[in-house]
Amino acid sequence: MDNIAGTKSSLSWAVNLSVIFLVVLWLIPTVGLLVSSFRDRDQISASGWWLSPFAVEQNFQAKIPAGEVRQDGEFFVIEGNIFSGGEGEVIRFGGARSNPTVAAAGETAELTRDRSLTVQENGDFVYRSPAEIKRDPSVYYSTATPPDFSLDNYQTILFSNNMDIAFINTLTVTIPATIIPILIAAFAAYALAWMDFAGRGLLIAMVVGLLVVPLQLALVPLLQFHNKIGIGQSFLGIWMAHTGFGLPLAIYLLRNYMVGLPRDIIESAKVDGATDFQVFTKIVLPLSFPALASFAIFQFLWTWNDLLVAKVFLPSNSESWVMTVKIADDLLGSRGGDWGILASAAFISIAVPLIVFFTMQRYLVRGLLAGSVK
Amino acid sequence: MSPLLQGIITVIVGVGGCVGYFFLSNLILDKVIFPPRADNPGQNINRANLVRPWLFLFPAMAALGLYLVYPVVGSFYRSLYNRSGDEFIGFGNYTTMFADDGFQIAFFNNMLWVLVVPAAATFLGLLVAQLTDRLKWGNIAKSLIFMPMAISFVGASLIWKFVYANNADIGLINAIRDFFGASEPLDVLQVRFWNNFFLMFILVWIQTGFAMVILSAALRGIPEETIEAAIIDGANPFQVFFKIKVPQIMGTIVVVWTTITILVLKVFDIVYTMTGGNFGTDILPSYMMSYMFRDDGRATAVAFIIMIVVLPVMIWNIRQARAEMR
Repeated sequence: MDNIAGTKSSLSWAVNLSVIFLVVLWLIPTVGLLVSSFRDRDQISASGWWLSPFAVEQNFQAKIPAGEVRQDGEFFVIEGNIFSGGEGEVIRFGGARSNPTVAAAGETAELTRDRSLTVQENGDFVYRSPAEIKRDPSVYYSTATPPDFSLDNYQTILFSNNMDIAFINTLTVTIPATIIPILIAAFAAYALAWMDFAGRGLLIAMVVGLLVVPLQLALVPLLQFHNKIGIGQSFLGIWMAHTGFGLPLAIYLLRNYMVGLPRDIIESAKVDGATDFQVFTKIVLPLSFPALASFAIFQFLWTWNDLLVAKVFLPSNSESWVMTVKIADDLLGSRGGDWGILASAAFISIAVPLIVFFTMQRYLVRGLLAGSVK
Repeated sequence: MSPLLQGIITVIVGVGGCVGYFFLSNLILDKVIFPPRADNPGQNINRANLVRPWLFLFPAMAALGLYLVYPVVGSFYRSLYNRSGDEFIGFGNYTTMFADDGFQIAFFNNMLWVLVVPAAATFLGLLVAQLTDRLKWGNIAKSLIFMPMAISFVGASLIWKFVYANNADIGLINAIRDFFGASEPLDVLQVRFWNNFFLMFILVWIQTGFAMVILSAALRGIPEETIEAAIIDGANPFQVFFKIKVPQIMGTIVVVWTTITILVLKVFDIVYTMTGGNFGTDILPSYMMSYMFRDDGRATAVAFIIMIVVLPVMIWNIRQARAEMR
């Protein structure tokens, strides 16, 4: 309806611009993390990811060998090159840890106890001291280092931090916890949609009510129950828990979909002598594929991304950590300052959901619509 | 045995068990208990059909009962007992909890979350849905704004930890402050009261996509004639939006709003990973997790409070569902 009177082209400009603004705003945090995950850890703390294509000014420290000292009048002098053979370009330098970049290249920095230090851009330095130099003095300098993108962070996190085990654990939790509830729910949904019996309305109302029961309620009693029957904190326990917690949404989505299937098909099949079991497996189940796919994606994303259930129902030793627990309880604590590792860990954990999301978005949207609009 | 192998076996056993159960139970019902060829086949078929729904429903109902209905009762029962669970103390857990400063802060913050997050996410979702409605590249824009839905709360927290980092060379917020001349970096997560809003924004960032998808479908469902009529009568685009479109999708807006409200009452991941509930940012679910494994009596009492807060929405949902079935 763009050409109907009342729609102005200036308005359409404003719309385009504000959508671009919102999309950029929504993407920036994720892009920042993605870029950071490929950067060298020292570069991450030296400049923002938005400056990552440019050279980074990084601080270094070098020791000057006191053995090469020579006497020049009343001063003791050491000369040489701080890159000692290598190449580089000094931007600023200094002689004290407390003020590592006090002077620009080419200037002379006055240090404590009447000492002085001059460093040229190419790294040549002159160090003067009125007293004898016994220990190797330190020189601090900053150079422009070219951007350093690599897969090092991913290698570190995957092969020396057990993230690979956590990845497999997440997969292990997710697959059975996605498949089993679908099957159980499909039968129940068929009964609630196409079979007549007393109390059907009540059961549907109960399923709707259970949709919003907070998981928090289930944690303590069920863990006690699992301990009592000998499952304890284990993979079997978390599969059962996820199955139970996923069922209300599964039944609700599938029932809503199945109710909408054409009545004629099902009734004519029954007239032809098909039992309910046959109607279900041969007609209803294949026709319900879109709803099954929707729920499968939901349940997959939910179990893959879950932290709460994994924390409570899985053992708390590091061999059983799933990725979310690993990141929240281990990496954020022990590696709190290592942004490169954190960023790559986060991307490993969100890569699979993102792939599923972008390839199966259609089903996800359909499921969302069926689940909440109805 | 490696867990993955165990997982594959579980899938096979689970799926096989389910199919086997449904197949065999139906077979036994039809062939053994009520065979249609005995003295009165008609009656037997009717009887079998009376039992069959419950065969289909049994596994689901058993799981629902055990994993969702029983815990409501079980949690309440447990919350009446002391820390170790051996002494009945009535509402003792509740009274000590209500007197606890930590609980009051968590409750207050949670109410703040309930007010702000659903409102902000629904508003932004509606805004994006309307703006992208007639846009050529609207679907791409929507899919990008929808993307955070796929990211775990933990992953999202990490993403935003970068943005909020207390360092002008890492965190975008501090870089912007630095650009405008602030001398010292600021840890926004430690600024009392306002830090709650920085945490809430993470959830808004995630949930806007959800609101957008549903409201976008609702906007598409509005009959064109009503809009055309309004335009012919001289309504400007803003009037069309606020007076024609919004009233017609009010029902959907309410559904989106309540769905996000429920979610807000359950999400503990964001607070847990961002601040651990420190600096006055605790909310009920994270407050509960700090007592989980330490004091089950207190933990279940918090959970039951969450349940009571959710209850009105649950009743409203059930009424809606029943009204629709009629």
